[in-house]
Amino acid sequence: MSVLLIAEHNNKEVKPFTLNAITAASQIDQDLHVLLIGSKADDVAKSLSEVPLVKKVLHIDHEIYENYIAENYTAAILKHSDKYSHIICSANTFGKNLMPRVAALLDISQVSDIIKVISPDTFLRPIYAGNAFATVKSNDEKKCVTIRPTSFEAAETTGGSAEIEKIDAADLSENTKFINREEIKSDRPELGTARIVISGGRGLQSGENFKLITDVADKLNAAIGASRAAVDAGYITNEHQVGQTGKVVVPDLYIAVGISGAIQHLAGMKESKVIVAINKDGEAPIFSVADYGLEADLFEALPQFLEELNKLNTIQK
Amino acid sequence: MKILVAVKRVIDYNVQIRVKEDGSGVVTDNVKMSTNPPDDNAIEEAVKIKESGKATEIIAVTVGEEKAQETVRKALAVGADRGIHVKVDGIIEPLAVSKILKKIVEKENPDLVFMGKQAIDDDCNQTGQMLAAHLNWPQATFASKIEVNDKSLQVTREVDEGLETIEVNTPAIVTCDLRLNEPRYASLPNIMKAKKKPIEQINASDLGVDTNPRIEHIKIEEPPKRKAGIKVANVEELVQKLKNEAKVI
Repeated sequence: MSVLLIAEHNNKEVKPFTLNAITAASQIDQDLHVLLIGSKADDVAKSLSEVPLVKKVLHIDHEIYENYIAENYTAAILKHSDKYSHIICSANTFGKNLMPRVAALLDISQVSDIIKVISPDTFLRPIYAGNAFATVKSNDEKKCVTIRPTSFEAAETTGGSAEIEKIDAADLSENTKFINREEIKSDRPELGTARIVISGGRGLQSGENFKLITDVADKLNAAIGASRAAVDAGYITNEHQVGQTGKVVVPDLYIAVGISGAIQHLAGMKESKVIVAINKDGEAPIFSVADYGLEADLFEALPQFLEELNKLNTIQK
Repeated sequence: MKILVAVKRVIDYNVQIRVKEDGSGVVTDNVKMSTNPPDDNAIEEAVKIKESGKATEIIAVTVGEEKAQETVRKALAVGADRGIHVKVDGIIEPLAVSKILKKIVEKENPDLVFMGKQAIDDDCNQTGQMLAAHLNWPQATFASKIEVNDKSLQVTREVDEGLETIEVNTPAIVTCDLRLNEPRYASLPNIMKAKKKPIEQINASDLGVDTNPRIEHIKIEEPPKRKAGIKVANVEELVQKLKNEAKVI
């Protein structure tokens, strides 16, 4: 039996997390097929076929799939998933919305958000916001699994030449209508995939003071994050939130400024490779996960930090 | 219009989770329990809709052990009219919960079902979508804004790219994000009044739903601990360390 991965894309290109999910799926079974459901998405089909780990691309193209409505996607997946042992997608808002609907109709108890493939039926997944890890074995014959993208490397994107097979669309669901999508446009790297993230917390004291964070982010080409406290206080919009209820980030460098380190926040960033904490409270829990802690007033430390960065001859981008 | 709100009793979000030494689960004895945070948002939204005159009745439902009733009682204190407690002991997976909720929906015929987008214990994020699938109803997940129209809802959803707005015909399932609203606290008089509101008890076994787990928990363990590093004396030292030791800038 083969595994079927549901691709996330915007009809023009593959979304990066699909590549992480491809890596995870190939660890379950190397006979990996990708299901692309889209509208005028031939370019996406082509780029998926060039991913060396992909053995076959199944492509459904129909205008009803332009806006990835879960109800329509589900019908399409059910129509073509019979001969697969696993149905897989990434555990971001796309996959979280979609997969349980598929699983329920197949009477499968889904395994959500895995961080490791132990065997084709056994997986490691975080529970309690990452405060415990559960090793779970699915006893369903067929399995629905979602993948935490940041726990798997992205698959190579060139060198493959998988067959692309065009397959039929399914029925349209009349009860859900797409209205619009407001995408947050930014010149900065995306929070979920940035190499460096600098986040501000309640210690910033106001939205204006986030400029101190922005200046450093500009210098380092970093994404900007925030604690839930800073978001709730209205200093910054919620798409910047890092934590249990926001985004989980795993950058090479995470700089937490004026963030005390509540459990919810740590859940979203403690897997980062290098963590820096700048906080004037030496007892703040954030220091217990920081590789480099600086006990200092952020209003003095951030401008100095920028100044020191400016002195460097080179900065990795 | 009738709104059914599903709530779950979980370990309070402020409690530091401790894993049992034998790897069988996490410590729940003598640990503070609360309503799953986004379920509070679901209740709040239902109450707001009722206050605006667009809903006539709110029913709070929970699935779980005896004490799970506390979460229904809290929902009643905040503004739900009556409660349903489906009793079941032991681990129950979202798939089974969604099948139980389907039975309740068939019995109560609500126009809307609200619940939190995810429970903060198992972090599955499945029940709402699964219920929608069983009922063949539209789903609006991760809602941060809900506009109630005559026979439809306009829902703004928090997605990775930003915000997405969809329109779903009722009956529909909505799963609520934390930013949907600011849940109110129950006033003392309302807590007293809630004690008189009815909670119907139903045994899960009487609903004819198979609640046996399909997923075996082989081991629950503590995540690898991250070691605290060092404190640096000043910004200059920090930048040098990042450049020369960690080599990340």
